[in-house]
Amino acid sequence: MTPDDLFGRLRTRFADVVLARGEVSTSLEPRELLEALAWLRDEPDLAFDFLSDLTCTDWPGLEPRYWVAYHLLSTAHGHRLRVKVGVADGDQPRVPSVTSSYPTADWFEREVYDFFGVVFDGHPDLRRIEMPEEWKGHPLRKTEQLAGVRTRFVGASVPPPDQRGT
Amino acid sequence: MPAELVPGVQTGRGEDAEEEVRRGLLLTTLGKAVAWARKNSMWPATFGLACCAIEMMAAGAGDYDLGRWGMEVFRASPRQADLMIVAGRVSQKMAPVLRQIYDQMPEPKWVISMGVCASSGGMFNNYGLVQGVDTIVPVDVYVPGCPPRPEMLMYGILRLHEKVQREARIT
Amino acid sequence: MTSSVGRPVGSPSTPTSTEIETRSMGVREDTMIINMGPQHPSTHGVLRLVLELEGEVVVGCRPVIGYLHTGIEKNIEYRTWQQGSTFVTRADYLAPFFNELGYCLAAERLLGVEAPPRAQTIRILVTELNRIASHLVWLATTGLELGAISVMLYGFRERETILDVFEAITGLRMNHAYVRIGGVVMDLPEDVPARVGALLGTLEGRIAEYEELLSGNPIWHQRTKGIGVLRAEECLRLGVTGPMLRAAGVARDVRRDEPYCGIDDYEFDVPVEDSADAFGRYLVRIEEMRQSLRIVRQALDRLQPGPVMVEDPKVRWPAQLEVGPDGIGNSEEYVRHILNESMEALIHHFKIVTQGVKVPPGEVYVPVESPRGELGYYVVSDGGQHPYRVHIRDPSFVNLQAVPELVAGGLVADVVAAVASVDPVMGGVDR
Repeated sequence: MTPDDLFGRLRTRFADVVLARGEVSTSLEPRELLEALAWLRDEPDLAFDFLSDLTCTDWPGLEPRYWVAYHLLSTAHGHRLRVKVGVADGDQPRVPSVTSSYPTADWFEREVYDFFGVVFDGHPDLRRIEMPEEWKGHPLRKTEQLAGVRTRFVGASVPPPDQRGT
Repeated sequence: MPAELVPGVQTGRGEDAEEEVRRGLLLTTLGKAVAWARKNSMWPATFGLACCAIEMMAAGAGDYDLGRWGMEVFRASPRQADLMIVAGRVSQKMAPVLRQIYDQMPEPKWVISMGVCASSGGMFNNYGLVQGVDTIVPVDVYVPGCPPRPEMLMYGILRLHEKVQREARIT
Repeated sequence: MTSSVGRPVGSPSTPTSTEIETRSMGVREDTMIINMGPQHPSTHGVLRLVLELEGEVVVGCRPVIGYLHTGIEKNIEYRTWQQGSTFVTRADYLAPFFNELGYCLAAERLLGVEAPPRAQTIRILVTELNRIASHLVWLATTGLELGAISVMLYGFRERETILDVFEAITGLRMNHAYVRIGGVVMDLPEDVPARVGALLGTLEGRIAEYEELLSGNPIWHQRTKGIGVLRAEECLRLGVTGPMLRAAGVARDVRRDEPYCGIDDYEFDVPVEDSADAFGRYLVRIEEMRQSLRIVRQALDRLQPGPVMVEDPKVRWPAQLEVGPDGIGNSEEYVRHILNESMEALIHHFKIVTQGVKVPPGEVYVPVESPRGELGYYVVSDGGQHPYRVHIRDPSFVNLQAVPELVAGGLVADVVAAVASVDPVMGGVDR
């Protein structure tokens, strides 16, 4: 399907669909996500069976703050779609996990949790993946600083250079 | 070959030391001889991390051959190595591993910090990288570059060899 | 009851990293936990595998990544758009041109500009040469890990010839920052097309030598046939793309399905096997090298004189760079122009270099076919001079998720062959 046809087709189901620069995207609430993804996969002319990418963008001024983006691809028809879910900030921003229908989302969701702090309900093993386990903070949030972080070297002490053996 | 002519040495046959040298006798200190042996058979430990590791492998491969100095054997076990070439960016998660590998190497050991990411954090001035491995291990030679060409790494290695020869210790 | 690492329950110290991994693996008591890496000669980089073994048979595997995490994505948010090229190029460091290409295509789609035809041809030329170089490193390191040490020397020997060409074009052997927003940063030197032509001749013969050395070799067969099997449905569920998917029989290639830089005008085949094992992936990559040679030959024929950067002064990189004896630098003529001749050009150069381009707000996702699979760039702009969010969908990150399925039920030595056939580059995995 061309992006225009896809745009027209999705407008019948979703309220917020955008066609820009040849790409179709739609925004959803977290509670509608699983049902929408199932529909997108089961409709024979849509058939979005492949999850290419799952990531998040932090918009600290906006409400909701975290926008998790799912990039879907149909291996049968070749068209792509971006599904965005706005997750409100709070103690623990939560969104349902899609690992049961797309197992590839496993590490993607762990990465989003690691970098942004978004919790995925239903994920089998939600732990940090890139940062060390005992790291505090979620580095890719806009409110976290880029640099000036002291080397958090856990487990040993390094003497100053003039007191080292060699 | 380092040869010291110790003044006043009497050889067995009453001739002077220069004659003896010409016949194939070498006089030196123990430290210098040991240093010469060490620098000519320095075995690196595999510690390639990122892009610099590929240049290090290229330096070990056929075109720029580290085997000229007996260094093409990259030892997988740090207990068998005496040189650690930290080739690449050291992340926060890798820092304790780096220190553990360094601690496992037996004395004497040397460290070459290859590339700007290992020397100072490089272009990545952020939370993720250790800004210079000399905060974790003592470094003998810094080789800048992003990544350094194999010839630059070889130059760094040769300077390290000179350093080892100059220091000439027995321990 | 003691935990499987031998410390009694109720011990006050915090759990070690291996304990955390083993607990989450749901470990049985009659098995052994072995840690491979992150410093290991055969894990293809700083990858850590926590293996659960029953004797020599692998019953569970958990890859641990993050040992090369560099914070590239966050760092780009503090730089200008043009500087993004230099950061993303170091993500997947064996395929730097692909990283730059994906990022620049995404930024160009946001800007609404298209690189001129000569720039597009040059982009295809260097990316396909990069594909061959990356597959040669894969062949070299896989051979080394499986014990065919001479293959390592051959692979690096060929790669040096390609790197010489890259050095002539861009001034650097790796991490070039050559593909920039709007085109490529400088034109090909005059002798490069002839050099590339000569290179193609030797590479054809050398690839035939590798096939002769390995494809019929019984030891190679024993070590790669039937190892690391991952069938097509599993691949698609796990999001695997690239040679792994094509070796399982699915003919998906971004160059065919979503062409970029005019690659749909080129004639080439997409090799597909159906054995879905390490040997099939080897055959696919060898054939891909040949097809890339075909594309490079066609690109050389298509080179027409013309500009290599868009004309729009608000987007184009203002400087004229040249490869000199000590690397890349501004051409003398250009320096004379901005310093002596034109004040406006100097101010313009200053503004574009320090402040960068302003990219209209929006978001795009652009995939390219890197040697490892679908490399996607999700770039978000808020209308300013710094990228708001750049996410790199790296193929190795996704392909590594398949490692537990690849090695389950096999022997420990086959773990090495299976991971090598995935061809992960940890720089892309961890970014």
